[in-house]
Amino acid sequence: MTDPTPRHDPSTPDPEEPPPGGVLAEADEQVASYSDGSEVAARSQWQLFRRKFFRHKLAMGSLVYLAIVVIAAVNAETVAPYAYDEINVVMRGTAPTFEEMHFFGTDQLGRDYFSRVLFGARTSLSVAWIVAAVVGVIGTTIGAIAGFYRGWVDAVLMRMTDLVIIFPALAVLLVFAALFGQGRPTRIGIILGLLLWPTLARIVRGVFLSLREKEYVQAARACGAGDLRIMFRHMIPNTIGPIVVNMTLVMAAAIIIEATLAFLGFGVNPPTPALGRLMDEGRSSMQTQWWLIVMPGMALVSIALAVNFIGDGLRDALDPTQQEK
Amino acid sequence: MLNYALRRFLISIPIIVVATFLIFWAISLTGDPLQDLRQQPNMTTEQIERVRENRGLDDPFYVQYAVWVQQIPTGGFGEYMLSPRPIAPDLQRVVIHTLQLVIAAEVLAFIVAVALGTLSATRQYSVFDYSTTTLSFIGYSMPSFWFALILQVIVVQIFELTGVRLLPLANLSSPNPGTGLAFLWDRALHLVLPVLSLAIFSVASYSRYMRASMLEVVGSDYIRTARAKGLKEGTITRRHAMRNALIPTVTVAALSFGTLLSGAIVVETVFGLDGMGRYFIQMLGRRDPYPIMGWLVITSVVVLMFNLIADLVYGYLDPRIRYD
Repeated sequence: MTDPTPRHDPSTPDPEEPPPGGVLAEADEQVASYSDGSEVAARSQWQLFRRKFFRHKLAMGSLVYLAIVVIAAVNAETVAPYAYDEINVVMRGTAPTFEEMHFFGTDQLGRDYFSRVLFGARTSLSVAWIVAAVVGVIGTTIGAIAGFYRGWVDAVLMRMTDLVIIFPALAVLLVFAALFGQGRPTRIGIILGLLLWPTLARIVRGVFLSLREKEYVQAARACGAGDLRIMFRHMIPNTIGPIVVNMTLVMAAAIIIEATLAFLGFGVNPPTPALGRLMDEGRSSMQTQWWLIVMPGMALVSIALAVNFIGDGLRDALDPTQQEK
Repeated sequence: MLNYALRRFLISIPIIVVATFLIFWAISLTGDPLQDLRQQPNMTTEQIERVRENRGLDDPFYVQYAVWVQQIPTGGFGEYMLSPRPIAPDLQRVVIHTLQLVIAAEVLAFIVAVALGTLSATRQYSVFDYSTTTLSFIGYSMPSFWFALILQVIVVQIFELTGVRLLPLANLSSPNPGTGLAFLWDRALHLVLPVLSLAIFSVASYSRYMRASMLEVVGSDYIRTARAKGLKEGTITRRHAMRNALIPTVTVAALSFGTLLSGAIVVETVFGLDGMGRYFIQMLGRRDPYPIMGWLVITSVVVLMFNLIADLVYGYLDPRIRYD
């Protein structure tokens, strides 16, 4: 595996916290300072969020699982018992066994399947991160501008989202993959991100349309804050819940779409292992060697499931209408 | 309301035009569409030049686009790049096949999802509720091609264990499908596995919407009134709660039609069905822009139509909503 993905290293040890935490924490300081002098001990939004999220057992379990997978995938070279392309003819077509550490068996060439699945999962995760980043930036920006300025800006931007939604995303992806060739995970991630932002843009726009009439926005304006400051300092922190929840959904979707592309033969470039391609290759002998499709599939489903559970936990924890019981 | 529908539809047309223009431009960016032709050993330079001339491949792409648009009303979607066969009959055939698959999946998914969503909402926090919620999460996180492969493995394993040929694994029909009812039955059997693989994601997503909106409705005042005047729980659920809870679910189902078409691409590939998805993949392999463009136009019109239907149905089911 000689495909360096340095951009993930800083963010990987802790997959969930940085994006919501950073902004929320800033917002909380404000809330806390405003509530000075009240007799009731104020709990900041951040504390409330943490309490609720930690209590969501499925989400917490998923977070732990995902953290383990991410750490294992990032350090795949050391964690995997074999190199992903190491051929051992003697052991070919072995069912999952603890002998010689072939936990997921071996494929038709005798390559260790656990290692191949792990490297494939790394590709899935790196694509998912890039998609989430691209979708987060584009969707939030476009939705915020459309909802904040309304009028013709809104109309133009919303027609733009219509333009992206009009074709099935998979079809457009296939066209691009077929025309411009397959690519590295980065490229697949960016293209996927460019197609998946409209939902988030619509959500952010909806929230902004109602937020812009709120008193605190009027107050900020009265204090002389500029448009950008109002949007980024005051309104986006109050939209962070829907944004984060949608980004987790998008990540899960991106993992599945990436696998689908690879399965159809339009995914990341062949030397880079991908879960979808493993299943495509294993398909021909799946009736006798079930592990060839079951193992990568289980890996894929478990990762997507964990991301979706975390998203569900975040939704519950970030929803202010759901009070603690 | 008709007025509104008409206006919405008219607004959509420029969007389709712009979208197809962008795709056409992207395709033209990739250079030589005759690349594959040149590599064929029995092609002479004159033949290639003739294709180039006939197709106007030396014109700028916007001229090519204009030529392409002009021939849609009269000439269907034109001819294939490399052979003088018209595209329209092929497209028509695969669209019909795919519609059978997609509509069956949508209807099945909708019925199952409404039932599951209603039952788990009326039994909130029961074992049934938790298991359907968990299952729907799994369905949501599962790529349809994987589910399709697993189904194929299961059917073959059943055959090997018991000798029962449960269901056909591929194709739309048997080699000799017969006629009339026999043909329909044969087709239905062939569609069972593809429809299941396609529907599973929709079941998962619609049932969550149904459960959520059902929970919201069940907590509302008019349901409490119905209960207070002594109606049976079953009547309350069926006649009062479900009808309102269906509104968002119907909308989501209509809006998700594009997702189903995406899913059909995958499912048709796995089961070797002669539908839009497999056709699309084949044409991509040939790098022929004309059938791809035709495919995209048809799909986008269908998706827009379903978006419009979603809007109109929403207004019909919920009279509080006014269009102006």
